[in-house]
Parts: sequence; C-alpha cells; structure tokens
Amino acid sequence: MVDLIQLIVSGTATGAIYALAALGFTLLWQASGTINFAQGEFVMLPAFTMLICTTHGAPLWLAFLVACLVSAVLLGIGFKRIVVDPLIRHGVIPLVIATLGLSIGLKQFVKASYATEAQPFPSVFPAGQFAFFGTHVSYSDVGTLLIAGLIVIGLQLFLKRTVTGRAMQACAQNMDAAKVLGINVKTMVLYVFIINAVLAVVASLLISPTYLAKFDMGDAIGQKAFFAAIIGGFNQTSGALLGGVLIGVLENVIGFYVSPAYKEGVALVLFMVVILFRPEGLLGKAEERKV
Amino acid sequence: MKRFAGWIGAMMLGVAATAAAQTGPVPIVGLVELSGPGAVSGTNFNDGVRMAVQEINASGGILGRKIDYTFNDTQSNPGVAKALAQKAVDQNAYVVMGPVFSGSIFVSMDVTRKAEITNFTGGEAANITQQGNPYIFRTSFTQSNAMPRVARYMKNALKLKTVDMIWVNNDFGKGGHDEFIKAINAEGIKLGADVSTDQGQVDFSGAVLKVKQSGSDGVFVYVNEEEAARTLRELAKQGYNKPRVGETTLTGQKVIELAGPAANGAIAHVGLSPDAPIPAVRAFAEKFQKEFKYKPDHNGIKGYTAMYVVKAMTEKIGKFDSKALAAALHGAKILVKDHPGVLMDVAFDKNGDIDRESFMSKVENGKQVVFETLPPLHPF
Repeated sequence: MVDLIQLIVSGTATGAIYALAALGFTLLWQASGTINFAQGEFVMLPAFTMLICTTHGAPLWLAFLVACLVSAVLLGIGFKRIVVDPLIRHGVIPLVIATLGLSIGLKQFVKASYATEAQPFPSVFPAGQFAFFGTHVSYSDVGTLLIAGLIVIGLQLFLKRTVTGRAMQACAQNMDAAKVLGINVKTMVLYVFIINAVLAVVASLLISPTYLAKFDMGDAIGQKAFFAAIIGGFNQTSGALLGGVLIGVLENVIGFYVSPAYKEGVALVLFMVVILFRPEGLLGKAEERKV
Repeated sequence: MKRFAGWIGAMMLGVAATAAAQTGPVPIVGLVELSGPGAVSGTNFNDGVRMAVQEINASGGILGRKIDYTFNDTQSNPGVAKALAQKAVDQNAYVVMGPVFSGSIFVSMDVTRKAEITNFTGGEAANITQQGNPYIFRTSFTQSNAMPRVARYMKNALKLKTVDMIWVNNDFGKGGHDEFIKAINAEGIKLGADVSTDQGQVDFSGAVLKVKQSGSDGVFVYVNEEEAARTLRELAKQGYNKPRVGETTLTGQKVIELAGPAANGAIAHVGLSPDAPIPAVRAFAEKFQKEFKYKPDHNGIKGYTAMYVVKAMTEKIGKFDSKALAAALHGAKILVKDHPGVLMDVAFDKNGDIDRESFMSKVENGKQVVFETLPPLHPF
C-alpha cells in the first residue's frame, strides 16, 4: 500500500506536467482547429532559452520570465502568424504536416546550435523529502503537482469566470456566432496561442530537471501530451488534466508491478482503448461536423 | 602517334595517382554517436581521436604521412552505423574508429571484417570480441575483465552480502548484467532486486522504489550516462542511503555534471579516468579541456589512446596495411616509455581484448576522485 501511494504521488506529478502540454493541444484545437505536433518542441525550446539565461548568470526566475516572453513572441504570435494563418485555410492535414516539419526543424536547430548532449537543468524545488503516511514524498513531486495543479485550475477559472475567458470559449464553440456578438475573434485566438506557449514554458521548467535539457526531449512529452489530450477529450480542457494524470499514474504503477519494459506502452494502450470505446475521450463531447 | 601520346599520358596519370595514394593523407574514419542516447560517449570518443590526430599530424604524421580523419554520426542507431561502416569501406579507410555503443559495433563490425579493416571500438559488451573477428579491438576493458574487480571490491571493501542491480536492457547492459551476476556469484554475494530499464528512459521512480523495497545492502547501477544521472537523481530524491556502485559510467564526468549533488558518494570501477593519478593522463585531460571546453570522460581517453596505438603499431609494421596491423596487434604490448601517447602501458590479447591498470573512483564534492589503482590482470 505504501508503495502504491508513493507511485501515485510521483505519477500524478509527472502526469500533471503531461497535462500542461496536453492543455495546449486542446486549447489550440478548440480555438483554431489546429493540431500542433511540434508541442513537444514548444516544451523543449524554452528549456534551452532558460539554460542560456542561467549560464549568463541570470537567476532561474528571471530566466523563466525571459523564456515566457520569448516563447510568447516566437511560439505564440510567430507560430500563429507564420505557420498557422497561411495554412489553416487549406485544412488540417497541411497544418499537421507543417507542424511535423516544424518539430524536426526545431530539434535540428537546437542540435546544431546548442548541443546534442543532455544538459543539466536546475530544479525550482529543494532536494529532500518528507514522510507521508509511511512513505517518503519528495518536495519536487509535491511542488510540481502544486504548480501544475494551480495552473490548470487557474486556467479553468479564467476560461469560465472572466469575460475574456468566456469570449475565448465562445470563439471555440462557434466563431461566426462569436463575431456576431462583437467578440474580436482574431485577438481571442491569438491569446490562445500565447497561453499555449506560456504553458509550455511552465511544463519545461517543471520537467527539464528530470528529463534533462536535450534537443529530443520533446519527443516523449509531445507524444504523451497528445495521447493525454485524446484520452481526456480533445475538446475539453479538463480532459487534458484527467488524461495526463491517468497516463502518469498508470505508467508508474504498471512499470512497478508488471515490468518497466511495458511502461512506455501504457499511454498508447490507453489511447487505443479510448479511441475504440469512447472516441470523444473520457470527458469529451461528441461533435458533429459538416463534410 | 597521337594514340601513343594518349597512352603515355594516361599511364603517367595512373602512376601519379598511385604515388599520391601512397604518399598522401591516410584515411581513417570515425563512426561515432554524435546524437541520440550515445551522444555523450560518442562525442568524447570522437574528440579524443581528433586531438590525437591533430598532435600526430603536427609532429609529421605516421611514417611521414598525414592522417585524414573524417567522422560520421551513427545517431546511436545500429542500422545507421552499419551503413556508415560501408561508407568507410568505400572511402578506403585504413582504420575505423568506433562506434562506441555495443549494439552498434555488433552490427557494423561485420562490414569492416569483410573488408579486412582494423576496427577499434569503445563497446564493452563481453561478446564483441568472442566472435572470432580478427579485426576488432577494444579501447577499454571487456565486462568479463571489469566485473570481477567490481564484485571483489563489493565483497572486500564494502562488505556487501546482497546487492540489487539496475541495468539497461540493451546489448551493453545485457552483457554487463550476465557478467556481473557471474562475478558476484563467484564472490558469494546474492542478487536482490534485478531491475531492467530501457535505453533513453527518463523516469526511474519505479526502478528505485523496487531497489528500496528489496532491503539489499547496496545497488549496482549499470546504465548509460544520461540514465545513470537520472538514476542517481532518483536515488537521492527517494532518500536511498546505501552504497551506489557502478562500472565506468557512474562516476563519469558527464554523469557528475548531469546528476549534480546526487552523484556525491557514488563509487565505480573505471578502466580509464581523466583523474587517474598518472601525470600523462592528467596532462591529456587538461589539454582536452582547453581544446574542447569540457572535461573528458573515459571515452575521450579511449579515442585518444586508440589513435596512438594505431601510430605505434603502424610504425612497427612499417607500412599502411590494415590486415598486417590487425595481425600485429594480437598479443602486442605497447609501453608508455616507447609511445607516450598511449598514456598507460597496454596489452592486447588474441581476441582483441585489452589489459592494463584500472582504478576505483568515488564522487566527492562533484568531482571524481581515484582512490585505488588496481594492477593489470596479467602484469607486463
């Protein structure tokens, strides 16, 4: 039982990070019909931005703010203006291919310009642990869980309780109706892209101490975040949280009780089960589309 | 008359080309892991070779000919390594350096063997040199040579009666796993939790939890560099306070850098170490750091010394003949007093396995400290 608690706590912390990246998938899909397969690289790139800042003597908090700014401009506004806007009118497939290309391009850029090797990344949390119901829980797991959880809950509140959030949701549900209501759809969509970029920076800050900053660190994160978004429901932001945590916990439990060899397949199996029996995702709503 | 002049011209060109091939630069090709999970090892190995080539060329080359060293990235992928080995053959390589990963050399060495090209590898899996390939040579110990030293240390110095093992499930890890179990059985140490992990694995919480629950006296960690750092971090995170022992990678410079304070206290047997109490090795490490702006690990020394082994033996045979080089290397003993570039006296056996001194090391305050020198298995 003690083992199980420890596995659940640590799995929930990892899952919460997947959820942050998965949130980006769901937000972009709802707001603009975009599936961003470079989402993992959107998490990887800020890690290197922060590393560059810290190696030049900046404290981690300042590096984080710089990374937020750089990501908001490049991976938020820049991504929308340069990649999404020109391609979205041609449908989802060209955009998916473009984001796959972007993913490769970003990896190669970091590989060529920074390093092929993994780099150490400072943790925001102190080392150490405390006793919890007979088990030992690390500060970093608790801290990760708290930050990721607060951000997810905060985002939910923002979307549901603020005028801007509601306007963004209105755009996600029906852009034409939102326009009729006087909502500046373009601005709302832009906000979503910026929020996605900033969420990726937070995910990067939390996961890089474990994953280590490396040009291909986004591969696994992007893949798991995508699965988490599908499992939870691609059209539900709360679904991303459920999907992420489910993957994180089940990976840990199966890796421990069955075999670590099956750990990496957990997300894929879960994904296939959901697609077969509940294609709209665990919390998603079935949508009808004109063909 | 015109036809005759043409023939003469063609013959002269042929003679000139042959002469150039015999006096021009000697092609040596590196197959190295510059990306993927083996990037740390491959980059170190490659930079070691490059530094040696630079020095050798600056001092007039080998038998008066310069070395033309080119290298290609295997991406830590055995399939790519094999294709690049074929490319090296097409380039008429005199010697092939690498790959470093056992999984890659297993696949690529068939190509160099067929082409009868001497091939140095950084791979440590025991069966690399057990397949009767006369062209394969190690740059470091085989696992069957290193593991008994680790097991002996665990029994005699650490007094371990049971030990857990976290190992990476690839060719390197599997070979090490089998040799380690043989070695601890011989010393009367029992294996507790036997935890296999994947190459490139990032989350070691489950693996460490298993080790914690087993109640053994210590843990033996046998994974590649990045995974070693993650394991040490997770062991520290979960408050593991028993001996953490490894072989070669665990106290390597990159692991220390990646694991941070979590690496402190880790112990490992190392065949090669930039911190070895040998002035020539220290001087090499200093020059390497100046040149490449990072501290080398054992792989840097492997690449560097392998290149000097090529120089020493080529000078001994007096010609650039890869087949003759391989033949001469079997049973060769190369001493530092004759060839300072090899850094430590070294001997090759009939399989291409290496023998020399080795070291026990420990991480203290973020630095690898060598605290014991172990003699070669068969003293020179």
